[in-house]
Amino acid sequence: MADYLPHTDDDVQSMLAFLGIESLDDLFAHIPQAIRLANGLDLADGMSEPDVAAIFAGYTSANKAKATAMTCFAGGGAYDHEVPAVVKMLSNRSEFVTAYTPYQPEVAQGVLQAIFEYQTLVARLSGLAIPNASLYDAATALVEALNMASGATGRQKMVVSSGVHPHWRAVARTFARGTGHQIVEVPLRDGVTDWASIDVTDAAAVVAAYPNYLGVLEDLSEAKGLATACDALFVVGADPVAAGVLKTAGQWGADVFVGEGQAFGTPLSFGGPYLGLFACTQAQVRRLPGRIVGETVDSSDRRAFVTTLRAREQDIRREKATSNVCTNQTLMAVTAAIQLGWLGTFGLREVATRCAQGAHYLFDELLALDGVEALSTQPFFREFAVRLAKPADQVIAAMAESNVLAGLSVGALCAGADPSVDGNVDDVLLVTVTERRTKDEIDHYVNVLREALTR
Amino acid sequence: MNSVPQPGGRAASAPLMGHETEPTLFEMSVANRSAYQLRTTGVPASALSELVPAAHLNTEIVPVAEVSERDLVAHFTRLSHRQFSVDLGMYPLGSCTMKYNPKFCDAIASDPGLNAVHPGAPASLSQGWLEILVTLEEKLCAVTGMSAATLQPAAGAAGELTGLLLMRAYHESNGDDRRRVLIPDSAHGTNPASVTLGGYEVTTVPSNDRGLVDLEALKGALGSDVAGIMLTNPNTVGLFEEEITGIAKAVHDVGGLLYYDGANLNAILGAVRPGDMGFDIVHMNLHKTFATPHGGGGPGAGPVAVAAHLVDFLPGPKATRVGDGYFNWVAPSRSIGRVHGWHGNALVLARALAYIDVHGGDGLTRVAQHAVLNANWLRHRLRAILPAAYDRVCMHECTLTATPLKNKYGVRGLDVAKALLEEGFHSPTVYFPLIVEEALMFEPTETESVQTLESLAQALERIAQRAKDDPDSLRRAPQSTPVSRVDEARAARQLIATADSARSS
Repeated sequence: MADYLPHTDDDVQSMLAFLGIESLDDLFAHIPQAIRLANGLDLADGMSEPDVAAIFAGYTSANKAKATAMTCFAGGGAYDHEVPAVVKMLSNRSEFVTAYTPYQPEVAQGVLQAIFEYQTLVARLSGLAIPNASLYDAATALVEALNMASGATGRQKMVVSSGVHPHWRAVARTFARGTGHQIVEVPLRDGVTDWASIDVTDAAAVVAAYPNYLGVLEDLSEAKGLATACDALFVVGADPVAAGVLKTAGQWGADVFVGEGQAFGTPLSFGGPYLGLFACTQAQVRRLPGRIVGETVDSSDRRAFVTTLRAREQDIRREKATSNVCTNQTLMAVTAAIQLGWLGTFGLREVATRCAQGAHYLFDELLALDGVEALSTQPFFREFAVRLAKPADQVIAAMAESNVLAGLSVGALCAGADPSVDGNVDDVLLVTVTERRTKDEIDHYVNVLREALTR
Repeated sequence: MNSVPQPGGRAASAPLMGHETEPTLFEMSVANRSAYQLRTTGVPASALSELVPAAHLNTEIVPVAEVSERDLVAHFTRLSHRQFSVDLGMYPLGSCTMKYNPKFCDAIASDPGLNAVHPGAPASLSQGWLEILVTLEEKLCAVTGMSAATLQPAAGAAGELTGLLLMRAYHESNGDDRRRVLIPDSAHGTNPASVTLGGYEVTTVPSNDRGLVDLEALKGALGSDVAGIMLTNPNTVGLFEEEITGIAKAVHDVGGLLYYDGANLNAILGAVRPGDMGFDIVHMNLHKTFATPHGGGGPGAGPVAVAAHLVDFLPGPKATRVGDGYFNWVAPSRSIGRVHGWHGNALVLARALAYIDVHGGDGLTRVAQHAVLNANWLRHRLRAILPAAYDRVCMHECTLTATPLKNKYGVRGLDVAKALLEEGFHSPTVYFPLIVEEALMFEPTETESVQTLESLAQALERIAQRAKDDPDSLRRAPQSTPVSRVDEARAARQLIATADSARSS
């Protein structure tokens, strides 16, 4: 009887008596007997917390890649950034953790104001006026951007750079099964989108990534020009950490910004829960997916916050809603506001700069090794891809023996050949350096890779 | 035995619900103040201009905020005091299953052995995670009576859309072009919105005067162009669809599939399984039934379980048991593809598995029994002031109506809900489902004691008395909360979505 239920046997008996029935089973008597479970669930009986903790200890010890045991150089949209005690403790406050969606603003000002602050930061980092209150992750945020573009233009063709993360593109392809969107993926040449190879006529959206998933900083002027010429929405998937120092999506002329907000205070978490960042121009505000918090006043003229523009949402507009999103990732949005508050204006710039410094230092060291070539000659920011003389998965496995998570196999990320990479994709390794990596760790990486390649 | 218990605690006894307006982070910002501290790395500190071409650098500094750590802590702690939560008090929001979230499950999710694992790490280095995913999938299938499940969908609505895409893939694989999906008029708004995104048209099926799907109307709406039906059972009124096997047969007879919206799964754990009712596709809201905290609006998790004929279409890659004690990522043979950037809301999934393990089959069965007991006790206890919309045994929630208060005193359901906030309880769900006039839907959940239920009932009795004595005070309620009723029209008319939005008054 290990559980969290308060009722004693006496409670149950007196409650049944109050209802004038004999047994708990009477409450289920109206369910047709033919479909009732005769012998209960086919699950083991409950266990105490310490007993369950012992089972989970087995799982955690089998996770050899945990960043506490293995130095993490893997990125690809999931980054090992510093999350200080103060951010963990504030974001774990149970008032934030155990609240529901803020439908009763009188008792939800805490979450509502934190989302408002989050929205302000998303708007600033994206350079776009209208943020939302979060989406599931970057991949699903991209899908919402495509739906917005389709609504804005009445068209179905989505021209997507293959510099967009392979998983985001995969998710877009999946949801296109329902919406009927035609996803056209533009190949990369030397790590840069070859826009000229694709006819963008009748496009609803032109989608670029900044930096792209291979780390390359592409000049987005050409993509913006194409989007403008065919009256498509220009969607930019940007790294929000890089946005501390690089041009914002808005400065590149984006109509819609999407991004992955995990880097702002959320641990690696095996991929979720993460944080889908989304912002658009004022012109698209009526098509915004999901919730948005707005400032207003209460009946005593005090400042108050409330979810607003609700007429777009599924619970009111039903089949004509701009999106089906209801539950989003509020706790991660609140966490992002706290983490950014901790970093501040100059801390975010410092993190972005240190990522770039570390990545360029490692890149230069790696190119001095035999069996390592740069995949692209183009500028990069905090992440880069190299072609190895051996399959990337073998190198990753070998380096793991020295407690280094070497990066991500691009072949695995793409699940095979992909328009983003010329030639054999399985030899390509995607490497990231965050502000947490020391020079000693980077030098160790170089030595371990050298061994792995010569073994 | 005393049939009326002593009242228990309520959030009105909590010491702090901040009434002062809290400045924003940006209003607190002072130039050159900072909180961050980073690791000493020894990496050469090249100038950014040497690493990145000037064309890419922002010539402006993007302002974030400049506050001290002490001010940061004070700010967010004060915000937390302006926020209701399950930990603070009872949260009887119908359809939302705001049960107690065990701290143990949070502790499980905060172990670095789970939360510090990169999602792109090779399977060989993340075997513990793959085993968690496979184990959870197996247990969710046992609970629902299905064959296999995807854990990728990040929330219930994502699960719905995934389910509809599975429905579409199934029909297409049979060369079967179908256009319509049936939805009862009592359904959650996410259902019709998901149907549209799934590329189908909605046909609404009316409810009968017992609050259940009208089987004859349903049969009239069926045809060979119907891809399927989405049902919540117990439905959104809190009643079990007693004719479910007849509904299932009618839909299957025209080649359609049955989709189970798991929003109300908490009511039937261990009593009856969707698979045994005839459902082909089931989504679960782990943030409801399996007690993962709702986070102020997310994260959730919306796994989708399917019957055998749909297993090959599930999203992938999927954690799979491939050998004795070894797990790997495998894409189902006719997979619809990814529906999440990685593997779903993994830490939410781990919490749910811990919750299931602590409860076991016996505990989960008791969860449903006590949830249904509490809802019926509350329905019965309140019948003099807030009658049930359908007065008979309900499941885990009871849909009551404020129509008598409205007719007698002009007090609406919304006023009752707002006054309840003053009493230290979160409001029930108001004006949903749409088919019930002045609906107040209470879902007490199994984790509230009978003393707490009695406190809630007494609070509602005081409100009913106020409706008679001073109805105007209810229309102005709440007053003791951090803010009073807010001007929603103004928020929508003049959108201020950021601290940088132009303000004009």
